[in-house]
Amino acid sequence: MDFVVSHYNYLIAIFLMMIGFYTVISRGNLIKKIVGLNIFQVSVFLIYISLSTVKGGAAPIITEGVKIYSNPLPHVLILTAIVVGVATTALGLALVVRIKEAYGTIEEDEIHKQDNSL
Amino acid sequence: MWSHLSLLLVVIPLIAAPVVAILPPGRKPWLVALLVTSACLLLAGMQLWSVLNLGLINYEFGGWAPPWGIAYRIDAVNALVALMVAGIAAVTVPYALLSVEKEILKHQIPLFYSAFLLCFTGLLGITQTGDIFNLFVFLEISSLSSYALISLGSKRQALTAAYQYLIMGTLGATFFLIGVGLIYSQTGTLNMMDLASRLPEITGLKTIHTGFAFIMIGFALKLALFPLHLWLPNAYTYAPSVITVFLAATATKVALYVMLRILFTVFPDGFVTNTPANDLFLLSGIVGVLSGSVRAIYQTNVKKLLAHSSVAQIGYMAIGLSFSSLQGVTASIIHLFNHALMKGALFMAVGAIVFRIGTCRMENIQGLGRQMPWTFGAILVSGLSLIGVPGTAGFVSKWYLVLAALEQQNWVVVAVILFGSLLAVVYVGKIVEALYFKPATNTNLTVKEAPTLLLAPTWILVFANIYFGLDTDLTVGVAGRAAQALGVVVK
Repeated sequence: MDFVVSHYNYLIAIFLMMIGFYTVISRGNLIKKIVGLNIFQVSVFLIYISLSTVKGGAAPIITEGVKIYSNPLPHVLILTAIVVGVATTALGLALVVRIKEAYGTIEEDEIHKQDNSL
Repeated sequence: MWSHLSLLLVVIPLIAAPVVAILPPGRKPWLVALLVTSACLLLAGMQLWSVLNLGLINYEFGGWAPPWGIAYRIDAVNALVALMVAGIAAVTVPYALLSVEKEILKHQIPLFYSAFLLCFTGLLGITQTGDIFNLFVFLEISSLSSYALISLGSKRQALTAAYQYLIMGTLGATFFLIGVGLIYSQTGTLNMMDLASRLPEITGLKTIHTGFAFIMIGFALKLALFPLHLWLPNAYTYAPSVITVFLAATATKVALYVMLRILFTVFPDGFVTNTPANDLFLLSGIVGVLSGSVRAIYQTNVKKLLAHSSVAQIGYMAIGLSFSSLQGVTASIIHLFNHALMKGALFMAVGAIVFRIGTCRMENIQGLGRQMPWTFGAILVSGLSLIGVPGTAGFVSKWYLVLAALEQQNWVVVAVILFGSLLAVVYVGKIVEALYFKPATNTNLTVKEAPTLLLAPTWILVFANIYFGLDTDLTVGVAGRAAQALGVVVK
C-alpha cells in the first residue's frame, strides 16, 4: 500500500500510457487512434513533470528567503514536447481529413477493403 | 572558425525553409533549395576534412558551457553521416526539378521545397547535436516534414501510408522521450558526453536498463528494423519519387547513427553485452534479411520491391551492430554509407521510369529497358551493387560484414549474408528481366529516354557506387576511424 501511495504519480502515468497505447493499437477509427496517441504522449509529459518535483521545493522563481526550488528543466523540455505533440495532432487530423475526402471513410478496415479491391 | 561550420550546416537550411515557402510557384524555390543543399554539401565536406585533420569540433551555443548549454560535438562519425546526408540532398535537388513539376501540384511546389529543407535540417540536426533532448526535437522536425512530404504522393494510398508512418513514428519518438526521461531522472543531465561520464557508476540500476530499452525500441521503429518495419514499404512506395530517393538514402541511416551513438558513446563499454539487446539485434537482423529479401521477390511494384529490399539491407546493418566489435561496427557504417548510394541510384532510376510512364508496376515496365538504355544501365549497375558483385560498393560492405562475422566465428551469419545476396540476385533479376528480356506489352508505345536532368544525378550516384567499390580508402578508412570515435573498444 505504501508503494502505491508513494509512487502514485508513476502509476497514473503508466495507467494513462497503457490506455493510450491500447487505443492506438486496437481502434480502427483513425480519429480515435489520434486520441489514443495524444493520451499516450500526455502520460509521458506527466512522468517528466512529476520528476521535477523536489520535496519542499518552491516554484522555480527566485525569491528572497527560499532555499529549495523544484527543477525547472523538465518543464521547459515538456513545453517543447507539447508543441511537438500539437503539431503531430494537427498533421494527423489534416491527413484524416484528406483520407476522408479520398476514401469517403475513416475506418481502417473499409480503407483496406477499398485498396484491395483495386 | 572551423567550429562555426557545424552550426551553419543546420542554420542555413532552417532559415531557408520559411523563405522558400513564401516564394512564388515556379523555379525560384528549387533554385534556393539547390543553393542551400550545395552550400551544405560544401560545409559538410569542410567539416569532415577539419575533423579528420584538426580533431574534434566542439560548439557551445551562446557560449553556455555544456552540460548547461546545448553543445554540438562533431567527431568522425557525425561528420561522415552529415556529409552523406548533405551529399544525397545535393544530388536529389537537381533531380527534383522535373520530377516535382510532374508529380506535385504547381501551387504546392514552394511548400514542397520548404518541407524538404525542413526535413533536411532535421536530419542534419540529428547528426550534429551532442544533446539528447535536442536530438528529439530535430527528430520530430524531420519526421513531421517527412509525413507531410509522403502524403503528397499522387495516389490516395500515399495518405494512408503517411498516416501509418505518423502513428508509428510518433510512437517511436515518444518511446525515445520516455527513455530520455528515465535516464535524466537518474543522471540529471542531457548532454551526451556528460551522460557518458555519469552512466558507468549506475549501470546496475533498473531505471537505466528500462530507459535504454525504450530508447532502443523507439529508434528501432524509426530505423524500420524487422519486425518494426511495417510503415516502410508503403511509405516508400507511394511517396513522390524525389522523397523516396531522399528518405530511403538518409532517414533510416540517420536513425542507425543515433543507435550507434547511444550504444557505444553514451552507454559505457560492456553495458550492451550485459543486456539481451545484441542477441535481439542479431536475431531481428537475420530474420529481417531473410524475410525482407523473400518478400521483395514477390512484389509486383518495383518501388515496393526496393522498399522490402531496404528492410533486408537494414538487417545487414543490425547484424554488424550486434557484434559490438570494431570490425562489426565498421562494417555497419560502411554499409550505411554504401546503401545510401545504391538505393539512391536505384530509386532515382525507377523515378525516371515513373516520370515517363507514370507507373512502375512490373507488367507496365516490360521491355522498357531497350527504349530507355541509360535508365536501364543505371538500374543494372546499382542492382549489381545491391547484390554485392565485386567492383561495386555493395561488395565492399558485404565483404567487411562477412569478415566481422568470421571474426566472431559466427558461421550462421556468414551463411545468411551469402544467402541474402542470392535472394538479391533473384529480385534484382526480376526487375532486369521485366525491363529488358520480356516483350513490351504495348508495342506501339514509344517511350523516350529520361531527360538529362534526371539521368545526370542518377549516374553520379551510379559512378559513386563503382568508385567506392574500387577505391575503398575513403569509406573503409573513415568508417574505421568513425567506429573508434564512437568508443567501440578493440578486443
